[in-house]
Amino acid sequence: MKIRLHKLALGLWLALMLGSVLVISQTRFVADLSAFMPKLPSARQQMLIDQLRDGAIARIVLVGIEGADEAERGRLSRLLVSKLAHNPRFTSVQNGDAQTQQRDQRYFFDNRYLLSPAVTPQRFTAPGLHEAIQGTLDAMSGDAGLIVKKILPRDPTGETLHILDQFIGESQPASSDDIWVSRDGKRAVLLLQLSESGLNTDAQAAALEEVKQTFASLPGRHADSRLVMSGTSVISVASRNIIQSEVERLAIMGSLLVVALLLLVYRSLPLLLLGLIPVVSGALVGIASVSLGFGHVHGLTLGFGTTLIGEAVDYSIYLFIQRAGGKNPSHFWRTMRLGVLTSATGFAALMCSSFPGLSQLGLYSISGLLTAALVTRYILPGLMPQQLNLRDLQRPGLLLQKILDGLTRLRWLMAVALLAAVAVLVLHQQDIWSRQLNALSSTSAAQNKLDAELRGDLGGNDMRYVASFSAPDQQTALQLAERTRAVLQQLSRQNIIGGFHSPDELLPSIATQRARQASLPAPAEAERRLRLALQGMPLEADQLSGFLADLERARSQPLLQRQSLQGSAASVLLDSMLIRRADSYLVLLPLKPASGETIALDKVRAALAAQQLGQVTVIDLLEETTAIFDSYTHEALLFSSLGSLAILLLLCVSCGWRQAVRVTIPLGCAVLCTVAILDACGIQLTILHLVGLLLVVAIGSNYALFFANKQQLGSDAEQRQVEISLVVANLATVTSFGLLGSSSVPVLSFIGSTVAIGALLALVFAAMMARIGPRALPR
Amino acid sequence: MRVTIMSKTLGGLLLLLAASCSLAADWSLADLMQQLGQKKAGTATFVEKKYIAMLKQPLESSGELAFTAPDRLEKRTLKPKPEAVVLEGNKLTLERSDGRKMSVNLADRPEVSAFVESVRATLSGDRSALERYYSAALSGGSEQWQLNLTPLQPRMQKVISQIRIAGGHAQVRTIEFLQADGDRSEMTITSTSTK
Repeated sequence: MKIRLHKLALGLWLALMLGSVLVISQTRFVADLSAFMPKLPSARQQMLIDQLRDGAIARIVLVGIEGADEAERGRLSRLLVSKLAHNPRFTSVQNGDAQTQQRDQRYFFDNRYLLSPAVTPQRFTAPGLHEAIQGTLDAMSGDAGLIVKKILPRDPTGETLHILDQFIGESQPASSDDIWVSRDGKRAVLLLQLSESGLNTDAQAAALEEVKQTFASLPGRHADSRLVMSGTSVISVASRNIIQSEVERLAIMGSLLVVALLLLVYRSLPLLLLGLIPVVSGALVGIASVSLGFGHVHGLTLGFGTTLIGEAVDYSIYLFIQRAGGKNPSHFWRTMRLGVLTSATGFAALMCSSFPGLSQLGLYSISGLLTAALVTRYILPGLMPQQLNLRDLQRPGLLLQKILDGLTRLRWLMAVALLAAVAVLVLHQQDIWSRQLNALSSTSAAQNKLDAELRGDLGGNDMRYVASFSAPDQQTALQLAERTRAVLQQLSRQNIIGGFHSPDELLPSIATQRARQASLPAPAEAERRLRLALQGMPLEADQLSGFLADLERARSQPLLQRQSLQGSAASVLLDSMLIRRADSYLVLLPLKPASGETIALDKVRAALAAQQLGQVTVIDLLEETTAIFDSYTHEALLFSSLGSLAILLLLCVSCGWRQAVRVTIPLGCAVLCTVAILDACGIQLTILHLVGLLLVVAIGSNYALFFANKQQLGSDAEQRQVEISLVVANLATVTSFGLLGSSSVPVLSFIGSTVAIGALLALVFAAMMARIGPRALPR
Repeated sequence: MRVTIMSKTLGGLLLLLAASCSLAADWSLADLMQQLGQKKAGTATFVEKKYIAMLKQPLESSGELAFTAPDRLEKRTLKPKPEAVVLEGNKLTLERSDGRKMSVNLADRPEVSAFVESVRATLSGDRSALERYYSAALSGGSEQWQLNLTPLQPRMQKVISQIRIAGGHAQVRTIEFLQADGDRSEMTITSTSTK
């Protein structure tokens, strides 16, 4: 009967493993920013996510060429542009060269009667023309006279000036010898736009690689010249690569460490292999369930998986060491069941998080741990040899008992540690929490500095305020943008905002273009009006024949399409404001503060609402990211507390309140002391530290439970077995989390360091408090 | 006694000689620059006329100028359209009547720098800044001098063929820009205060 049951379990297990492997082979692994974005975003958060994924921001690459001398940098910049210009991976490659500048100037000049917001029927009446030409002459007498003079013969009404007026105040990259250079002149700078959106990190990575290789193979390149790149795409590709290499490193190192530890304890290859069975099973099922539950698995989840090795291996350690005598005490399984349940409760709290990265970790850990525990319970005993050839742990056991007894006598130290921890926390209270989302980002300080520098070089304004909306098609989007612009212009005049941009400045809607075309008089009429208009002016109509010819051409010229801007710098700007998505268009209008740093967004919202433009969302990206982060932190505080509470309840119910108190006090102390240690090290706590603390409670409770329950095991020798298994299990946990703590990915290192410190403290404190050795009992 | 007379005569002769020398020598660029460099601040009004081939009459504008040593220059046009250019250190700011501003860093725009330094370096007597962009030729004397600046950079030569600055003592009276296409502008300056 028992053998049949075992065979059934074995069959089920094999099927489960096979299924998991199948699921995993179909799984998509990602390592982008999605882990940090809310699962169920609000409208404004959705805008933020769209911005990061589809937005032009995610497609822009800032490139710098450093080293060598200025002439060489200039030559390389030109060569790089010529090599990449026709590569389909890039929609735009610019270095400020005269060719691109001319293309932009041509676009604005040639299409001025369709683009200028000043074109109305009134403007092309005789008095309208008179006024407009006088305005141009006035501008000519001023400081920009040299420039205005050039356009006068063909553009006497100054439409080009009206168009350029919209871009006044924009900071431009510095240039030297006709190409862009950094502010300090020490690097040549270029701007690339990738064809692929931020959704396709692989394609972006390939494009970035291509830039590097193209640069490396530029003919006659000076050896000391080098390429630097930044931008959202570069950062996300880099962090993906870091995560990938970290996951590999952690998995290998974690496995090696645990194997080494197990070999040290067991000195037996078969036992080692048996011990790894629950671990591998847990990991496979964990990944497969996340894949099924989320549709993809994030790299961070895999990185976190190494800690599962440390935790899951505990179960087999308990089993092997405690059952070395061959007995099968039922309370061993009961204690273990309770341990698994408390851990699972902690992770269940994680699963409720709206932070997708955390809920993946939760699901992964629960399914992984439950699998590992079940495998340990139902599969391992059947596979175990009848007689465990465990090495004799008698001597280390006795030694350990001495140490633990010593610890028990040092119980007062716990009170001292607790007081010290409270003191540290009270003194540092103010800055214990970090509110920055980028505290979690995996980019290095050097990369951030380069990014800021290149952004400064290229004159990019860091978009903080954005008005945005989506529309079903391009024309609706542009028409809405035109209506929004009217409101923003008003706000700009009232000095509520300092400036803005709208896609219709570069590409007006078809309706507007038609209306402007219709404003232009027919040739004969245009000439008559012009003659009238020029009366009393120092200009003759005959000198303006180019103007009349251009007017006539404009009346019948083909209307502007998106393709009309191809190859110009303006097209990159348009792409950043008018974004095509699968089934809609997203429009982003950057707003500039009038003075100082902030915009009174409520006024902007009210003004938009007054014009029935309620669908336009106005957001402060800085506030929004901070808010997301704050909400994660609040939520994490809540679910960590609830999780801890649930664990305590579980303990109370299953082993009575006295026992629960004995388990809780060392745990509480461990948590407080961990926070104090982190704080004293100058580390600001993030949501991930909180998660780490929850895990300290979940894992630490196991130690306390075993300590507290062990006297039920009977003989001294058996108690020693328990103690040694606890210490080995703790070592495995501390090692694997400590390894995680050494990771260069902040998300992993935060959790890792917290749990490693906390778990160790939990064991020590549990030994001091929960352990009731014969000598510690009152005589 | 004789020795004293001799020495006095000699001294007087030398003095005479020195005086005649200084009269004969050209009024040098160094002298002009030194004299101009004495000024700490000044305000003036200006009238600028632009003679443009396409237009039958010159375009006229007028306004105020203010200079503070060593490097602040402000040109505030009042007519026909209010606007202002403020040059401070390396930063050139255009201010328009609607209050919008546009700033240019001179380090980024060598040709704008050249243009701007013709006036600023002259006003502040900064010879090295002047000669970085122009070859300077001085004529006339301290009372009435004329400084002709010819651009050195080919890019600048395409726009401006020569700048003629005229004045007396430390006072700049006219600045004339001769453009490469034959058009020219002429600015007449009337000082209102000097320090």
